[in-house]
Amino acid sequence: MKKIILILSALSLAAVVIISTVTKKEKEPDGLLALKAKYAQKHTPSVDHTKFAVLKTKFTSPQQVTEACISCHNERHKEVMNSNHWNWEREEYIEGRGIVYVGKKNAINNFCIGVQGNEESCAKCHIGYGLTGDKMNFTDAKNIDCLICHDNTETYAKAPEKGGAPDPKLDLNNIAQHVGRPERSNCGVCHFFGGGGNNVKHGDLEQSMFQPTREVDVHMATDGANLQCVDCHVTEKHNISGKLYSLSSMNRNRVKCEQCHTETPHESDILNEHTVKVACQTCHISTYAKVNSTKEFWNWSTAGKLKNGEPFIEEDSLGNHAYMSIKGSFKWGRNLKPEYTWFNGNATHYLLGDKIKDTTKPLVLNPLEGSYSDPDSKIIPVKIHRALQPFDPVNRILIQPKLFAENKGEGAFWKDFNWQTAAEAGMKQIGQPFSGKVSFMRTESNWPINHMVATKENAVKCNECHTREDGRLAGLNDFYMPGRNYSSVIEIFGKLLIWGSLLGVLIHGALRILSSYKLKKKGVK
Amino acid sequence: MRRAYVYKAFERFWHWAQAILIMFLAFSGFEIHGSVSFFGFENAVKYHNIAAYMFLILIAFAIFWHFTTGEWRQYIPTYEHMKAQLDYYLFGIFRNAPHPTKKTVLSKLNPLQRIVYFGLKILVIPIIATSGLLYMFYRYPQRHGVEALNIQSLEIVALVHTAAAFLLVAFIITHLYLITTGKTVTSNLKAMLTGFEDLEDDEHANEEEKIVEEVVEEISSVK
Repeated sequence: MKKIILILSALSLAAVVIISTVTKKEKEPDGLLALKAKYAQKHTPSVDHTKFAVLKTKFTSPQQVTEACISCHNERHKEVMNSNHWNWEREEYIEGRGIVYVGKKNAINNFCIGVQGNEESCAKCHIGYGLTGDKMNFTDAKNIDCLICHDNTETYAKAPEKGGAPDPKLDLNNIAQHVGRPERSNCGVCHFFGGGGNNVKHGDLEQSMFQPTREVDVHMATDGANLQCVDCHVTEKHNISGKLYSLSSMNRNRVKCEQCHTETPHESDILNEHTVKVACQTCHISTYAKVNSTKEFWNWSTAGKLKNGEPFIEEDSLGNHAYMSIKGSFKWGRNLKPEYTWFNGNATHYLLGDKIKDTTKPLVLNPLEGSYSDPDSKIIPVKIHRALQPFDPVNRILIQPKLFAENKGEGAFWKDFNWQTAAEAGMKQIGQPFSGKVSFMRTESNWPINHMVATKENAVKCNECHTREDGRLAGLNDFYMPGRNYSSVIEIFGKLLIWGSLLGVLIHGALRILSSYKLKKKGVK
Repeated sequence: MRRAYVYKAFERFWHWAQAILIMFLAFSGFEIHGSVSFFGFENAVKYHNIAAYMFLILIAFAIFWHFTTGEWRQYIPTYEHMKAQLDYYLFGIFRNAPHPTKKTVLSKLNPLQRIVYFGLKILVIPIIATSGLLYMFYRYPQRHGVEALNIQSLEIVALVHTAAAFLLVAFIITHLYLITTGKTVTSNLKAMLTGFEDLEDDEHANEEEKIVEEVVEEISSVK
């Protein structure tokens, strides 16, 4: 009796432990509550710009607005002119290259290829005025465009192809009197439309992020925390934290989820353990381009077809450009699963004039460094944009064609539709050789995915990676992952052992039954 | 023939708890491995870890019990009668030949059981427990910068753990079959459930048991 009581009590204790562990109520981590409290406070500006006399005098040019800004904020222009938003380049140390200046001035991408020679058009997204002709004048403080970032009326807009100048019809006085902390709309007008259209480049930054729902982005959601870009991209003295590795190289000044959420934000130890090797974004951004499509593939080689001598545009079923005479053909995708790669925070870049070793393999324009064995590397989600783009097969360098010009006959591809003249004009302007031959090669660019963070219910589930076939991490094969990897030798021996044992006992059992039946028949006891 | 109390209460509790845990660990473990699918990966991991801790606690109690009772001696391997036992399973059993080794309270395992259980206790279980603990904790040195203890890759840990699991599953299959080879098909099972078994008379063994009983009685009377 005593023993039964003992056993029963031991069993019930075990049952209590199991039930309490398995059915533990999920509670919100304390850190998350504190964050919600912090960001629930509305930002209230300390000055009212409508009361400043200097902003009431009629502005006739945007430069006058800037001068008015600098008359009070009399050191700020120096900060801005130190920023990469102004300079379009950063000083970087790259292994094997040394100290280089990397930016839009000298990098090549596989969308519209590059800024060089196309400044007047590209300047629509420069925080300055006066990028006219082929000179980049980055020295005149009057040319700083304060309003593109600080306009809070949501009316300020740059005119297309005017070297960065705003639409002349705008009421600059009203805008200047309503300036403040940058909002999603300020950053979004450029960053959501990179590459010449909504969501062309990033995939995770697009116009639905102006007013996103929780399903689109749990942080910026207007029905949620309603965070602005600068809440995470913390900015001191116009040095904005965070950057994208399409143009930056070094592991510094990054924005990390950990700065708010810590490195071990989960209740479960097993999930926390993942953060040693897996970036937050990998599980918490399950899909990107959730609302509108993003470009996945850009084929420049088909560009230049004309109908009756005129360029034309074809659309796909979702209304995205499938073909444009000026740009070629595209493949778009929506609700995409990211690809995954190891990343330690350092990237290198293909810069203008770099020789290509092997032009038959896809050239990665911004290789991300990292591997499983590197303790600083984590798995991150990326959008890989693939393209067929022009290169010079004799000199083995990518071609920077001249795309944009006001008039025909200046060599611009978008006017003349001739690769030879466009390449010649483009390469001449940047001082690179051109053999006269234009060919097309495959290139890839990596776009780390950091936005469109899912609600926790929509985070990536364990078995989407921990699975034998076609898991999300099927492409990363330099490590052992439970549920995916196994040793075929152990597997074969193990199965032989199990099936062998089963077969053995079945045969033995059958023989016993048979022999006892025979013995009984013979009357042997 | 006499009825003897062969398996003590703790021993039976340990045996059955161990049986349930190993089978549960095997099932959930092979789900994590990707061979079966039932709980879902996340739950399989959760349950596997809970069961693993329970198994470790059980092992701790079992070790204590084996040493304090001296029952560990039951598992010392011997070659005596080993061939006879093998012959019995291969031939004698089909001719209704008698068991070559007599089961007694002080020697309840035959030579084959001894060697197999001994191997489980000092090899397979320690390996699967150690590799299991490493599986759970191998990341901690890296996270906390303990370079000297750093395990670069889970691979070797996981493969050892898997191989040991295959061995245990094969053992369970064979064990479940071999318990039917007692006096009757269910006599071994009944013994492990109730603790009592009808043992054949064996003078030498009887004497030993009598001495033990006397000593036990003496001790309790002194109390």
